[in-house]
Amino acid sequence: MALLDVRQLDVRFSSRGKAVQALRGIDFSLERGERLGIVGESGAGKSVAAFSILNLIAHPGFIAGGEITFDGHHLNRMSERQLRKIRGDRIAMIFQDPMMTLNPVLTLGAQMIECLKAHRRISTREARQIALDKLNLVQIPSPERRLDQYPHELSGGMRQRIIIAIALLLDPDLIIADEPTTALDVTIQAEIMALLTELCDTQNVALMLITHDLGVVSQVTRRTLVMYAGRIIEQGPTREIINDPQHPYTQGLLDALPQMATPGERLNQIPGAMPSLNNIPPGCAFNPRCTFATERCTREVPHFVSTGGTQVACHMVEAMLAKEKAHDTV
Amino acid sequence: MSEETSTADLRAQMPGAWARFRKSYLLYSFKRDPVAQLCLLIFIIITIAAFGAPWWAPTDPYDLTGIDIMNSELPPMWLDGGDAAFPLGTDAQGRDLLSTILYGTRVSLLIGFGAVAMQCVLGILFGLLAGYFGGIIDATLMRLADIQLSFSTLMVAILVGAIVKASFGNLMFGQVALILLILIIGIAEWPQIARTVRASVLAERSKEYVDAARVMGFRAPRIMFRHLLPNTLSPIFVIATVQIANAIISEAALSFLGLGMPETQPSLGSLIKSGFDYIQSGAWWITLIPGAVLVVLVLVINLLGDWLRDVMNPRLHKG
Repeated sequence: MALLDVRQLDVRFSSRGKAVQALRGIDFSLERGERLGIVGESGAGKSVAAFSILNLIAHPGFIAGGEITFDGHHLNRMSERQLRKIRGDRIAMIFQDPMMTLNPVLTLGAQMIECLKAHRRISTREARQIALDKLNLVQIPSPERRLDQYPHELSGGMRQRIIIAIALLLDPDLIIADEPTTALDVTIQAEIMALLTELCDTQNVALMLITHDLGVVSQVTRRTLVMYAGRIIEQGPTREIINDPQHPYTQGLLDALPQMATPGERLNQIPGAMPSLNNIPPGCAFNPRCTFATERCTREVPHFVSTGGTQVACHMVEAMLAKEKAHDTV
Repeated sequence: MSEETSTADLRAQMPGAWARFRKSYLLYSFKRDPVAQLCLLIFIIITIAAFGAPWWAPTDPYDLTGIDIMNSELPPMWLDGGDAAFPLGTDAQGRDLLSTILYGTRVSLLIGFGAVAMQCVLGILFGLLAGYFGGIIDATLMRLADIQLSFSTLMVAILVGAIVKASFGNLMFGQVALILLILIIGIAEWPQIARTVRASVLAERSKEYVDAARVMGFRAPRIMFRHLLPNTLSPIFVIATVQIANAIISEAALSFLGLGMPETQPSLGSLIKSGFDYIQSGAWWITLIPGAVLVVLVLVINLLGDWLRDVMNPRLHKG
């Protein structure tokens, strides 16, 4: 059975009496030790998906429907008390900005020990030892000394290492990393991602990596979901999605990478912007920006069709497949 | 092996709390601010003098047997008719004014600190709740604060004082007056602190470390008191300092109106009031000397509060 299974997840935000849909029924699952990437523009619903797994969407957001199953527990039907046992313990989360994720007035040791003692009945001495072990795991120089330091005494890369150590403190089954390297510079990014990947492998932790950086996704994950306006529009093995994207949006995302552009030319950007949540176009949400859009795209919501290893929600791809099939049978 | 010794060395070099304080900006700016130094010095002298009163006050003003009515309204010793036994003169009942002021300052300081402690307990609790939970809890608590602020401290004191006096009688009132004043001033002024705390919590709550704490599975009280509260402490320090001065003034005003400390255990306010009737007859010292002490005490605390605000708020730099 899958470690995490999300079915028809529907998350809404109420604003001025109306509810806007941030996630419009997404399905995905994650196996033990698997690494999954979720990509998409800002506002596609990536972070909302992450927070809703822990049932931590801030007011006025709420889960309007769907089913989140983690290791046999129905997370969205659990009480706050039961959920607290899962949070931090079985599922850990890593945030975008390492400058902000640590409490500035507590020493790192205090924060790590506090986290351990909130979930386990252990002495401070034992907790300190576990904290030290984890700091060694993330390859921090002189870990003993770090425990008595404050967050502001460390650099951004060091802090992100500490945060990874905190995420690993209780040996979770799943780490949700919400753009963990966006705030770091490029060389540190690569180091941190390599560390995270290695640790997930050795500790057998599943990783859900949320990012808009397709480069990172291609290096780290085995499977990728592409999200647009609250829906998954393409999913499948990362290699296939990167090498042979089917959905026009995924193609656009890849073309927009700076290394895809011809030197001296403009970057290839996708025209237009992500629609706002209270004004999502009917049919395929991508149709106003899509160069292949037909009249059918403005009417019908596309369903997933399988093309080789990936699944794509696009009328054009569906039509092309149908044509090929007809051609084959003739 | 060498790895271990090096970490041990590093640990030995880690600064302790005292060393950190010695290097802190707080101490640095204190050393460079003569006004703050002078104020702290005066404040410490007044506090020690007041709380040590039983040891060095010439007489005990609470001991009615030690008072001789024949000594009443003696001027300070440096004026004609003054008596060396009463350095600052005597009041209308023949109590030594110096001793009475020392004991009175002690009462005023007790009420000032007690009331602010009370304000802090209520204000921090309600401010954290309102700021952290928001929504209906926030709205309710803040409207409550608005209502509380629309009653003046004096009005609350008059009401409560009158009720307690009527139900327990004057003698009983004398025994509970100190605690009663702390409660009244504490309850009347908690919204000041609650609003400050709420504002800081709103700013802190949006930071990711609070999300991170929730993701780690911490309970709301732990997040509020261990993670948010320490990050909102500096404005609380500043406002609490100013509130001590305000509480002392409030107490003096209440006592002056006869709603505060009874004359048998005078505070600075009730001393000023007891002398007020004799100002026209020439015994100015009974009012003026305690008045001067009150002014100096409040001024010193306010100046310390100003200094603290400048230090703790880096955006407010003196030009």
